[in-house]
Amino acid sequence: MTTAASPAAKKDKKFKGVVVVNRENCKGCGFCVEFCPLHALDLEKGYNAKGYHPPFLAKPELCNGCDMCGLFCPDFSIYGYREKLDSAAA
Amino acid sequence: MSAPVKENPVNKYLRMERMPSIWCPGCGIGTTVNCFARALDESKIPLDNLAVVSGIGCTGRVAGYLNVDSFHTTHGRAIPFATGLQLARPDLKVVVYSGDGDLSAIGGNHFIHAARRNADLLVVMVNNFTYGMTGGQVTPTTFRPAIASTTPYGAFEQTFNMPMLADSCGAVYVARWTAYHVKQLAKSMAEAINKRGFRFIEIAAPCPTLYLRRNKLGEGLDEMKFYKEKSVIRNGVDTREVALDYRKEITVGKFVDRERPTLEDAMDQRYKEALGAKYVPYVSPGAAKSQA
Repeated sequence: MTTAASPAAKKDKKFKGVVVVNRENCKGCGFCVEFCPLHALDLEKGYNAKGYHPPFLAKPELCNGCDMCGLFCPDFSIYGYREKLDSAAA
Repeated sequence: MSAPVKENPVNKYLRMERMPSIWCPGCGIGTTVNCFARALDESKIPLDNLAVVSGIGCTGRVAGYLNVDSFHTTHGRAIPFATGLQLARPDLKVVVYSGDGDLSAIGGNHFIHAARRNADLLVVMVNNFTYGMTGGQVTPTTFRPAIASTTPYGAFEQTFNMPMLADSCGAVYVARWTAYHVKQLAKSMAEAINKRGFRFIEIAAPCPTLYLRRNKLGEGLDEMKFYKEKSVIRNGVDTREVALDYRKEITVGKFVDRERPTLEDAMDQRYKEALGAKYVPYVSPGAAKSQA
């Protein structure tokens, strides 16, 4: 039943999650990556100016914009929000 | 669906020109400040009616990062300054935001007397189990046998059970969370900020540079995972049962929520009884302005 319901739920998705990262203030602690409820984030291979690896949205299809990363961030440099999808409006 | 957010919702509560903060990567203090900003957002308190007082230490820097009226006091004296501020401006919501060394050791006496007198303050104590800023000395909350710079063979003193101390001195609201319990912490802070009387929230937070490194306990993230694994939520439990121990279970939750006359109420009541009509109650200079 769950397998049948999940594709339908995906079609009915009215919003997508967006994550905004302030790369320069990030200290690469990894709290957001570890405690993302949907494990959608990962640390970049690259560095910021201070030599840390900032996070990025590795699996955008999983993110639901719950802003848990924003709540955990000790440096106020990541937050998530929900963006309305055009297909839902039509 | 709300309009897309262009800016981080906590930015308006912070002095962004001072970022990035001095806190180490993996430190939990920033997370607690984040929760505090969310709590301010949720409780809809006018920022003109809020004052944050900090002592000295890593957590003492919070007063400098929050974009509200704030005061960075001398070591351990955050509560006396805040009590005076609250008595002079009873219309203000006064929050004391400081660390374990500042509140439990150097300001320990002020802490117990503010709780006994029920001064109308919200005291947020970020407990990282060490003096972070001065090089990792032992505090009254460092567990036996954790290593600190002043106890190279391990701490050997009995630790404070801060929720029990606050409860037995008469605090009206006592809660403990860890830096991992962000949702509960933000909710608890929003609840406590609207109460009157001495409210106390203890937050266990990782100190990766001094406490964790000296004790070979890993990074800040490892400690957060430890909190996730080892903490047990027990709301309303007797505070005598919530003492912490080294690497043992962490009891978190809201332990005490009661009503008691605050310092100002008790004073007004006593003077009214003793002096009758002769007594003129103190009116806050800010009260007329905030009503207008």
